[in-house]
Amino acid sequence: MKILYPFVAVLGLIVIATIGSRAGMEPLFGIVFPYLAILIFLGGFINKVVGWAKSPVPFRIPTTCGQANSLPWIEQACFDNPSTSFGVTVRMFLEVFLFRSLFRNTQADVYDGPKLRYGSSKYLWLFGLLFHYAFLVIVLRHIRLFADPIPFFVKILEFFDGFLQIGLPHLYQSDLVIVGAITLLLLRRLLLTNVRYISLPADYFPLFLILAIALSGMTMRYLTRADVVNIKQLAVGLATFKPVIVGDLGTVFYVHLFLVCTLLVYFPFSKLMHMGGVFMSPTRNLANNSRMVRHINPWNDPNLKPHSYASYEDEFREFMVEAGIPVDKELPAETPAAE
Amino acid sequence: MYDKGKVLTGLAIFVAIVTFPVWYDLVHAQHVPKLEKPTLSKKCVADIAYMRTSHMVLLDNWRNEVVREEKRKLIDVEGKPYAKSLQMGCMKCHPDRKKFCDECHTYASVDPFCWDCHFQPKKEAN
Repeated sequence: MKILYPFVAVLGLIVIATIGSRAGMEPLFGIVFPYLAILIFLGGFINKVVGWAKSPVPFRIPTTCGQANSLPWIEQACFDNPSTSFGVTVRMFLEVFLFRSLFRNTQADVYDGPKLRYGSSKYLWLFGLLFHYAFLVIVLRHIRLFADPIPFFVKILEFFDGFLQIGLPHLYQSDLVIVGAITLLLLRRLLLTNVRYISLPADYFPLFLILAIALSGMTMRYLTRADVVNIKQLAVGLATFKPVIVGDLGTVFYVHLFLVCTLLVYFPFSKLMHMGGVFMSPTRNLANNSRMVRHINPWNDPNLKPHSYASYEDEFREFMVEAGIPVDKELPAETPAAE
Repeated sequence: MYDKGKVLTGLAIFVAIVTFPVWYDLVHAQHVPKLEKPTLSKKCVADIAYMRTSHMVLLDNWRNEVVREEKRKLIDVEGKPYAKSLQMGCMKCHPDRKKFCDECHTYASVDPFCWDCHFQPKKEAN
Protein backbone atom coordinates (compact mmCIF):
# COMPACT_ATOMS: atom_id res chain seq x y z
CA MET A 1 0.00 0.00 0.00
CA LYS A 2 2.80 2.38 0.92
CA ILE A 3 4.23 1.85 -2.56
CA LEU A 4 1.00 1.40 -4.50
CA TYR A 5 -0.72 4.66 -3.49
CA PRO A 6 2.04 7.04 -4.62
CA PHE A 7 2.43 5.02 -7.82
CA VAL A 8 -1.29 5.27 -8.59
CA ALA A 9 -1.19 8.99 -7.71
CA VAL A 10 1.49 9.63 -10.35
CA LEU A 11 -0.43 7.57 -12.91
CA GLY A 12 -3.53 9.61 -12.05
CA LEU A 13 -1.65 12.87 -12.66
CA ILE A 14 -0.55 11.59 -16.07
CA VAL A 15 -4.15 10.67 -16.95
CA ILE A 16 -5.43 14.08 -15.82
CA ALA A 17 -2.89 15.92 -17.98
CA THR A 18 -3.60 13.67 -20.97
CA ILE A 19 -7.35 14.11 -20.83
CA GLY A 20 -7.13 17.82 -19.96
CA SER A 21 -4.82 18.74 -22.82
CA ARG A 22 -6.84 16.66 -25.30
CA ALA A 23 -10.11 18.25 -24.19
CA GLY A 24 -9.09 21.75 -25.25
CA MET A 25 -7.81 22.94 -21.88
CA GLU A 26 -4.33 23.78 -23.17
CA PRO A 27 -4.34 27.33 -21.73
CA LEU A 28 -5.17 25.91 -18.29
CA PHE A 29 -2.36 23.34 -18.41
CA GLY A 30 0.10 25.45 -20.38
CA ILE A 31 -0.33 28.89 -18.77
CA VAL A 32 -2.50 28.95 -15.61
CA PHE A 33 -1.01 25.92 -13.85
CA PRO A 34 2.65 26.90 -14.43
CA TYR A 35 2.06 30.41 -13.00
CA LEU A 36 0.12 29.02 -10.03
CA ALA A 37 2.76 26.38 -9.40
CA ILE A 38 5.70 28.80 -9.38
CA LEU A 39 3.79 31.18 -7.07
CA ILE A 40 2.97 28.38 -4.61
CA PHE A 41 6.55 27.12 -4.85
CA LEU A 42 8.18 30.47 -4.07
CA GLY A 43 5.56 31.53 -1.49
CA GLY A 44 5.61 28.18 0.29
CA PHE A 45 9.41 28.03 0.23
CA ILE A 46 9.82 31.51 1.73
CA ASN A 47 7.09 30.86 4.29
CA LYS A 48 8.77 27.65 5.42
CA VAL A 49 12.24 29.19 5.71
CA VAL A 50 10.93 32.25 7.60
CA GLY A 51 9.05 29.90 9.92
CA TRP A 52 12.27 28.06 10.65
CA ALA A 53 14.12 31.32 11.18
CA LYS A 54 11.55 32.33 13.80
CA SER A 55 12.28 29.29 15.95
CA PRO A 56 14.89 30.17 18.57
CA VAL A 57 17.94 27.98 18.89
CA PRO A 58 18.98 28.77 22.46
CA PHE A 59 21.84 26.28 22.64
CA ARG A 60 24.68 25.30 20.39
CA ILE A 61 23.66 21.91 19.08
CA PRO A 62 26.10 21.04 16.25
CA THR A 63 26.64 17.34 15.74
CA THR A 64 30.17 16.66 16.88
CA CYS A 65 31.74 14.33 14.37
CA GLY A 66 35.31 14.63 15.60
CA GLN A 67 37.59 15.99 18.30
CA ALA A 68 36.36 19.30 19.66
CA ASN A 69 38.60 22.30 20.16
CA SER A 70 40.47 21.53 23.36
CA LEU A 71 43.97 21.87 24.77
CA PRO A 72 46.57 23.13 22.32
CA TRP A 73 48.35 19.77 22.04
CA ILE A 74 45.14 17.89 21.15
CA GLU A 75 44.48 18.06 17.43
CA GLN A 76 41.02 19.37 16.58
CA ALA A 77 38.87 18.00 13.75
CA CYS A 78 38.36 21.55 12.54
CA PHE A 79 35.76 20.76 9.82
CA ASP A 80 33.92 17.90 11.52
CA ASN A 81 33.69 19.76 14.80
CA PRO A 82 34.25 23.39 13.85
CA SER A 83 34.69 26.13 16.41
CA THR A 84 35.13 29.02 13.97
CA SER A 85 32.89 30.42 11.26
CA PHE A 86 35.51 29.47 8.66
CA GLY A 87 35.27 25.87 9.84
CA VAL A 88 31.49 26.04 9.66
CA THR A 89 31.66 27.43 6.12
CA VAL A 90 33.87 24.56 5.00
CA ARG A 91 31.63 22.06 6.75
CA MET A 92 28.53 23.51 5.06
CA PHE A 93 30.27 23.48 1.68
CA LEU A 94 31.17 19.81 2.07
CA GLU A 95 27.63 19.06 3.19
CA VAL A 96 25.85 20.93 0.40
CA PHE A 97 28.13 19.99 -2.49
CA LEU A 98 29.42 16.55 -1.48
CA PHE A 99 26.82 15.22 1.01
CA ARG A 100 29.53 14.48 3.57
CA SER A 101 27.14 13.31 6.28
CA LEU A 102 25.69 10.64 3.99
CA PHE A 103 29.22 9.47 3.24
CA ARG A 104 29.50 8.57 6.90
CA ASN A 105 26.41 6.33 6.88
CA THR A 106 26.84 3.03 8.61
CA GLN A 107 24.94 -0.19 8.43
CA ALA A 108 24.55 -2.36 11.50
CA ASP A 109 24.04 -6.09 11.10
CA VAL A 110 24.21 -9.22 13.20
CA TYR A 111 26.31 -12.13 12.08
CA ASP A 112 26.68 -15.53 13.67
CA GLY A 113 27.97 -15.48 17.13
CA PRO A 114 25.68 -13.54 17.34
CA LYS A 115 27.82 -10.49 17.10
CA LEU A 116 26.85 -6.98 16.09
CA ARG A 117 29.02 -5.29 13.54
CA TYR A 118 28.95 -1.92 11.82
CA GLY A 119 30.02 -1.49 8.23
CA SER A 120 30.10 1.48 5.92
CA SER A 121 27.01 1.97 3.75
CA LYS A 122 27.53 4.36 0.91
CA TYR A 123 24.56 3.55 -1.35
CA LEU A 124 22.52 6.56 -0.34
CA TRP A 125 25.51 8.86 -0.69
CA LEU A 126 26.54 7.59 -4.13
CA PHE A 127 23.08 7.37 -5.69
CA GLY A 128 22.03 10.63 -4.05
CA LEU A 129 25.07 12.46 -5.38
CA LEU A 130 24.54 11.12 -8.92
CA PHE A 131 20.85 11.99 -8.80
CA HIS A 132 21.26 15.53 -7.48
CA TYR A 133 24.01 16.53 -9.90
CA ALA A 134 22.17 15.06 -12.89
CA PHE A 135 19.04 16.92 -11.81
CA LEU A 136 21.00 20.16 -11.45
CA VAL A 137 22.46 19.81 -14.96
CA ILE A 138 19.01 19.07 -16.40
CA VAL A 139 17.40 22.06 -14.68
CA LEU A 140 20.19 24.36 -15.91
CA ARG A 141 19.92 22.95 -19.43
CA HIS A 142 16.22 23.87 -19.45
CA ILE A 143 17.22 27.54 -19.34
CA ARG A 144 17.66 27.22 -23.11
CA LEU A 145 13.86 27.10 -23.37
CA PHE A 146 13.24 30.12 -21.13
CA ALA A 147 16.03 32.51 -22.05
CA ASP A 148 16.38 34.19 -25.42
CA PRO A 149 19.21 34.81 -26.39
CA ILE A 150 20.77 31.77 -24.80
CA PRO A 151 23.29 32.40 -21.99
CA PHE A 152 26.82 31.12 -22.62
CA PHE A 153 26.92 28.70 -19.68
CA VAL A 154 23.92 26.79 -20.98
CA LYS A 155 25.72 26.20 -24.28
CA ILE A 156 28.85 24.97 -22.51
CA LEU A 157 26.76 22.64 -20.36
CA GLU A 158 24.89 21.27 -23.39
CA PHE A 159 28.13 20.70 -25.26
CA PHE A 160 29.65 18.59 -22.48
CA ASP A 161 26.38 16.83 -21.68
CA GLY A 162 25.98 15.68 -25.30
CA PHE A 163 29.70 15.14 -25.68
CA LEU A 164 29.46 11.52 -26.85
CA GLN A 165 27.28 12.48 -29.86
CA ILE A 166 25.24 9.28 -29.66
CA GLY A 167 22.19 9.32 -31.90
CA LEU A 168 20.38 12.35 -33.18
CA PRO A 169 19.23 14.42 -31.32
CA HIS A 170 22.34 13.81 -29.22
CA LEU A 171 21.90 11.70 -26.12
CA TYR A 172 22.51 13.67 -22.93
CA GLN A 173 24.49 11.67 -20.37
CA SER A 174 22.61 13.43 -17.55
CA ASP A 175 19.38 11.78 -18.79
CA LEU A 176 20.88 8.33 -18.40
CA VAL A 177 22.41 9.18 -15.04
CA ILE A 178 19.20 10.55 -13.54
CA VAL A 179 17.05 7.61 -14.60
CA GLY A 180 19.71 5.18 -13.39
CA ALA A 181 20.14 6.97 -10.07
CA ILE A 182 16.39 7.17 -9.35
CA THR A 183 16.04 3.49 -10.16
CA LEU A 184 18.89 2.65 -7.79
CA LEU A 185 17.43 4.87 -5.05
CA LEU A 186 14.09 3.13 -5.54
CA LEU A 187 15.70 -0.32 -5.46
CA ARG A 188 17.53 0.65 -2.28
CA ARG A 189 14.21 1.40 -0.61
CA LEU A 190 12.61 -1.75 -1.95
CA LEU A 191 15.39 -4.27 -1.44
CA LEU A 192 17.00 -3.27 1.86
CA THR A 193 14.45 -4.57 4.35
CA ASN A 194 15.25 -2.13 7.14
CA VAL A 195 15.00 0.83 4.76
CA ARG A 196 11.75 -0.49 3.32
CA TYR A 197 10.35 -0.81 6.84
CA ILE A 198 10.77 2.91 7.56
CA SER A 199 9.72 4.12 4.06
CA LEU A 200 6.45 6.01 3.76
CA PRO A 201 4.29 7.07 0.80
CA ALA A 202 5.98 10.50 1.08
CA ASP A 203 9.29 8.76 0.33
CA TYR A 204 8.04 6.92 -2.74
CA PHE A 205 5.92 9.69 -4.25
CA PRO A 206 8.80 12.08 -5.13
CA LEU A 207 10.78 9.18 -6.60
CA PHE A 208 7.91 8.09 -8.84
CA LEU A 209 7.09 11.69 -9.74
CA ILE A 210 10.63 12.63 -10.73
CA LEU A 211 11.06 9.36 -12.60
CA ALA A 212 7.88 10.13 -14.57
CA ILE A 213 9.14 13.66 -15.28
CA ALA A 214 12.48 12.35 -16.55
CA LEU A 215 10.88 9.66 -18.69
CA SER A 216 8.29 12.01 -20.22
CA GLY A 217 11.04 14.52 -21.00
CA MET A 218 13.17 11.86 -22.64
CA THR A 219 10.17 10.64 -24.63
CA MET A 220 9.78 14.15 -25.98
CA ARG A 221 13.40 14.44 -26.97
CA TYR A 222 14.24 10.98 -28.26
CA LEU A 223 10.96 9.34 -29.33
CA THR A 224 8.03 11.59 -30.22
CA ARG A 225 10.21 14.70 -30.73
CA ALA A 226 8.24 17.74 -29.68
CA ASP A 227 8.26 21.03 -31.59
CA VAL A 228 10.98 22.84 -29.66
CA VAL A 229 10.45 26.23 -31.33
CA ASN A 230 6.77 26.35 -30.38
CA ILE A 231 7.53 25.15 -26.87
CA LYS A 232 10.20 27.80 -26.46
CA GLN A 233 7.75 30.46 -27.61
CA LEU A 234 5.42 29.43 -24.79
CA ALA A 235 8.24 29.26 -22.24
CA VAL A 236 9.69 32.66 -23.16
CA GLY A 237 6.13 34.00 -23.19
CA LEU A 238 5.64 32.77 -19.63
CA ALA A 239 8.90 34.41 -18.55
CA THR A 240 7.99 37.74 -20.17
CA PHE A 241 4.34 37.57 -18.96
CA LYS A 242 3.02 37.46 -22.54
CA PRO A 243 2.25 33.74 -22.88
CA VAL A 244 1.00 32.36 -26.19
CA ILE A 245 0.39 28.80 -27.27
CA VAL A 246 1.37 28.34 -30.91
CA GLY A 247 0.32 25.15 -32.66
CA ASP A 248 -0.09 21.71 -31.10
CA LEU A 249 2.59 21.10 -28.50
CA GLY A 250 1.72 17.44 -28.06
CA THR A 251 0.22 15.44 -25.21
CA VAL A 252 3.59 14.33 -23.83
CA PHE A 253 4.60 17.96 -23.39
CA TYR A 254 1.51 18.72 -21.31
CA VAL A 255 2.04 15.60 -19.22
CA HIS A 256 5.66 16.63 -18.61
CA LEU A 257 4.67 20.20 -17.73
CA PHE A 258 1.83 19.13 -15.44
CA LEU A 259 4.10 16.74 -13.54
CA VAL A 260 6.68 19.51 -13.09
CA CYS A 261 3.93 21.83 -11.80
CA THR A 262 2.90 19.12 -9.36
CA LEU A 263 6.50 18.80 -8.19
CA LEU A 264 6.74 22.57 -7.63
CA VAL A 265 3.48 22.68 -5.67
CA TYR A 266 4.38 19.59 -3.64
CA PHE A 267 7.90 20.84 -2.91
CA PRO A 268 7.39 23.33 -0.02
CA PHE A 269 5.12 20.96 1.91
CA SER A 270 7.28 17.86 1.72
CA LYS A 271 10.64 16.40 2.60
CA LEU A 272 11.98 17.99 -0.57
CA MET A 273 12.36 21.15 1.52
CA HIS A 274 15.73 19.74 2.58
CA MET A 275 16.88 22.04 -0.24
CA GLY A 276 16.33 25.02 2.07
CA GLY A 277 16.61 22.99 5.24
CA VAL A 278 20.23 22.02 4.77
CA PHE A 279 21.18 25.69 5.18
CA MET A 280 18.93 26.09 8.23
CA SER A 281 20.08 23.02 10.21
CA PRO A 282 21.48 24.11 13.58
CA THR A 283 23.24 20.75 13.82
CA ARG A 284 25.36 21.82 10.82
CA ASN A 285 25.49 25.59 10.70
CA LEU A 286 26.50 26.36 14.28
CA ALA A 287 30.07 26.52 15.54
CA ASN A 288 30.87 24.35 18.52
CA ASN A 289 32.17 27.26 20.63
CA SER A 290 30.03 27.09 23.75
CA ARG A 291 33.21 26.97 25.90
CA MET A 292 34.53 30.18 24.35
CA VAL A 293 31.44 32.34 23.88
CA ARG A 294 28.53 32.78 26.25
CA HIS A 295 25.27 32.14 24.40
CA ILE A 296 22.33 33.73 26.14
CA ASN A 297 18.91 32.16 25.80
CA PRO A 298 16.93 34.67 23.71
CA TRP A 299 13.71 34.21 25.66
CA ASN A 300 15.21 34.85 29.10
CA ASP A 301 13.18 37.35 31.15
CA PRO A 302 15.43 40.40 31.47
CA ASN A 303 13.89 41.13 34.88
CA LEU A 304 15.24 37.92 36.31
CA LYS A 305 18.75 38.75 37.55
CA PRO A 306 21.40 36.10 38.07
CA HIS A 307 21.22 34.61 41.52
CA SER A 308 24.67 33.76 42.84
CA TYR A 309 25.31 31.12 45.47
CA ALA A 310 26.50 33.77 47.90
CA SER A 311 23.22 35.66 47.72
CA TYR A 312 21.29 32.39 47.85
CA GLU A 313 23.06 31.51 51.07
CA ASP A 314 22.39 35.00 52.42
CA GLU A 315 18.69 34.45 51.78
CA PHE A 316 18.38 30.98 53.30
CA ARG A 317 21.26 30.83 55.82
CA GLU A 318 19.06 30.48 58.88
CA PHE A 319 17.10 27.57 57.44
CA MET A 320 20.26 25.90 56.20
CA VAL A 321 21.89 26.06 59.59
CA GLU A 322 18.70 24.81 61.16
CA ALA A 323 18.63 21.82 58.81
CA GLY A 324 22.31 21.10 59.44
CA ILE A 325 23.46 21.99 55.92
CA PRO A 326 27.05 23.28 55.86
CA VAL A 327 27.32 26.98 55.00
CA ASP A 328 30.23 29.11 53.78
CA LYS A 329 29.52 31.89 56.20
CA GLU A 330 28.24 31.11 59.67
CA LEU A 331 25.34 32.93 61.25
CA PRO A 332 26.44 36.01 63.14
CA ALA A 333 27.17 35.12 66.72
CA GLU A 334 24.02 35.43 68.76
CA THR A 335 23.93 38.68 70.62
CA PRO A 336 23.62 37.93 74.28
CA ALA A 337 20.14 38.65 75.43
CA ALA A 338 19.83 41.71 77.51
CA GLU A 339 19.36 40.65 81.06
CA MET B 1 13.09 36.16 13.38
CA TYR B 2 16.68 35.27 14.21
CA ASP B 3 19.66 35.96 11.93
CA LYS B 4 17.37 38.16 9.85
CA GLY B 5 20.13 39.54 7.62
CA LYS B 6 21.57 36.17 6.68
CA VAL B 7 18.22 34.44 6.14
CA LEU B 8 16.75 37.25 4.03
CA THR B 9 19.94 37.49 1.93
CA GLY B 10 19.79 33.75 1.31
CA LEU B 11 16.13 33.91 0.32
CA ALA B 12 16.76 36.88 -1.99
CA ILE B 13 19.52 34.94 -3.78
CA PHE B 14 17.21 31.93 -4.07
CA VAL B 15 14.35 33.96 -5.58
CA ALA B 16 16.77 35.70 -7.97
CA ILE B 17 18.05 32.32 -9.21
CA VAL B 18 14.56 30.85 -9.63
CA THR B 19 13.31 33.90 -11.53
CA PHE B 20 16.46 34.08 -13.67
CA PRO B 21 14.58 33.79 -17.02
CA VAL B 22 12.27 36.68 -16.08
CA TRP B 23 14.93 39.31 -15.52
CA TYR B 24 17.24 37.86 -18.14
CA ASP B 25 14.53 38.20 -20.80
CA LEU B 26 13.75 41.66 -19.48
CA VAL B 27 17.22 43.02 -20.26
CA HIS B 28 17.62 41.22 -23.60
CA ALA B 29 15.61 41.64 -26.79
CA GLN B 30 13.75 38.54 -27.96
CA HIS B 31 13.75 37.31 -31.51
CA VAL B 32 11.12 34.86 -32.72
CA PRO B 33 12.47 32.80 -35.65
CA LYS B 34 11.09 33.73 -39.06
CA LEU B 35 12.00 31.36 -41.85
CA GLU B 36 12.63 32.30 -45.45
CA LYS B 37 9.94 30.51 -47.50
CA PRO B 38 11.10 28.62 -50.60
CA THR B 39 10.05 29.94 -54.01
CA LEU B 40 11.26 27.07 -56.17
CA SER B 41 8.87 24.35 -55.05
CA LYS B 42 5.76 24.10 -52.92
CA LYS B 43 6.29 20.50 -51.91
CA CYS B 44 8.85 19.27 -49.33
CA VAL B 45 10.07 15.67 -48.95
CA ALA B 46 7.80 15.24 -45.93
CA ASP B 47 4.96 17.18 -44.38
CA ILE B 48 5.66 20.32 -42.38
CA ALA B 49 4.80 18.87 -38.96
CA TYR B 50 7.30 16.04 -39.49
CA MET B 51 9.99 18.35 -40.87
CA ARG B 52 9.60 20.77 -37.96
CA THR B 53 10.22 18.14 -35.31
CA SER B 54 12.18 15.36 -37.01
CA HIS B 55 14.19 16.65 -40.00
CA MET B 56 17.37 15.71 -38.17
CA VAL B 57 16.36 12.05 -38.13
CA LEU B 58 15.67 12.15 -41.86
CA LEU B 59 19.02 13.78 -42.60
CA ASP B 60 20.84 11.37 -40.31
CA ASN B 61 19.27 8.40 -42.08
CA TRP B 62 20.13 9.84 -45.50
CA ARG B 63 23.72 10.40 -44.40
CA ASN B 64 24.03 6.81 -43.20
CA GLU B 65 22.40 5.37 -46.33
CA VAL B 66 24.41 7.42 -48.80
CA VAL B 67 27.81 7.51 -47.13
CA ARG B 68 27.92 4.16 -45.38
CA GLU B 69 25.61 1.90 -47.43
CA GLU B 70 26.01 3.41 -50.87
CA LYS B 71 22.25 3.74 -51.38
CA ARG B 72 22.36 6.79 -53.57
CA LYS B 73 19.13 6.17 -55.50
CA LEU B 74 17.05 9.28 -55.99
CA ILE B 75 13.83 9.34 -54.03
CA ASP B 76 10.51 10.24 -55.52
CA VAL B 77 8.57 13.25 -54.27
CA GLU B 78 5.21 13.38 -56.04
CA GLY B 79 6.69 12.34 -59.36
CA LYS B 80 9.82 14.49 -59.11
CA PRO B 81 13.21 12.87 -58.48
CA TYR B 82 14.98 14.16 -55.40
CA ALA B 83 18.59 13.61 -54.30
CA LYS B 84 19.21 12.38 -50.76
CA SER B 85 21.51 15.27 -50.10
CA LEU B 86 21.72 18.37 -48.00
CA GLN B 87 23.53 20.52 -50.55
CA MET B 88 22.06 19.01 -53.70
CA GLY B 89 18.58 18.48 -52.23
CA CYS B 90 17.39 20.59 -49.31
CA MET B 91 19.49 23.63 -50.08
CA LYS B 92 18.12 23.98 -53.60
CA CYS B 93 14.90 25.32 -52.07
CA HIS B 94 16.43 26.67 -48.87
CA PRO B 95 19.68 28.15 -50.15
CA ASP B 96 20.51 30.49 -47.29
CA ARG B 97 21.72 28.77 -44.17
CA LYS B 98 21.50 31.95 -42.09
CA LYS B 99 17.91 32.71 -43.07
CA PHE B 100 16.65 29.15 -42.77
CA CYS B 101 18.66 26.66 -40.70
CA ASP B 102 20.22 29.02 -38.20
CA GLU B 103 16.99 30.86 -37.39
CA CYS B 104 15.60 28.00 -35.30
CA HIS B 105 18.94 26.43 -34.38
CA THR B 106 20.16 29.61 -32.73
CA TYR B 107 16.79 30.15 -31.08
CA ALA B 108 16.67 26.67 -29.57
CA SER B 109 20.43 26.37 -28.92
CA VAL B 110 20.98 23.51 -31.33
CA ASP B 111 24.47 23.11 -32.69
CA PRO B 112 24.27 20.60 -35.57
CA PHE B 113 27.49 19.15 -36.94
CA CYS B 114 26.32 19.42 -40.59
CA TRP B 115 28.68 22.32 -41.19
CA ASP B 116 31.74 20.48 -39.94
CA CYS B 117 31.87 18.94 -43.46
CA HIS B 118 29.34 20.80 -45.61
CA PHE B 119 29.65 24.33 -46.84
CA GLN B 120 26.87 26.57 -48.10
CA PRO B 121 26.29 26.60 -51.85
CA LYS B 122 27.39 29.99 -53.16
CA LYS B 123 24.86 32.00 -55.13
CA GLU B 124 25.68 31.94 -58.83
CA ALA B 125 27.55 35.01 -59.85
CA ASN B 126 25.78 36.95 -62.54
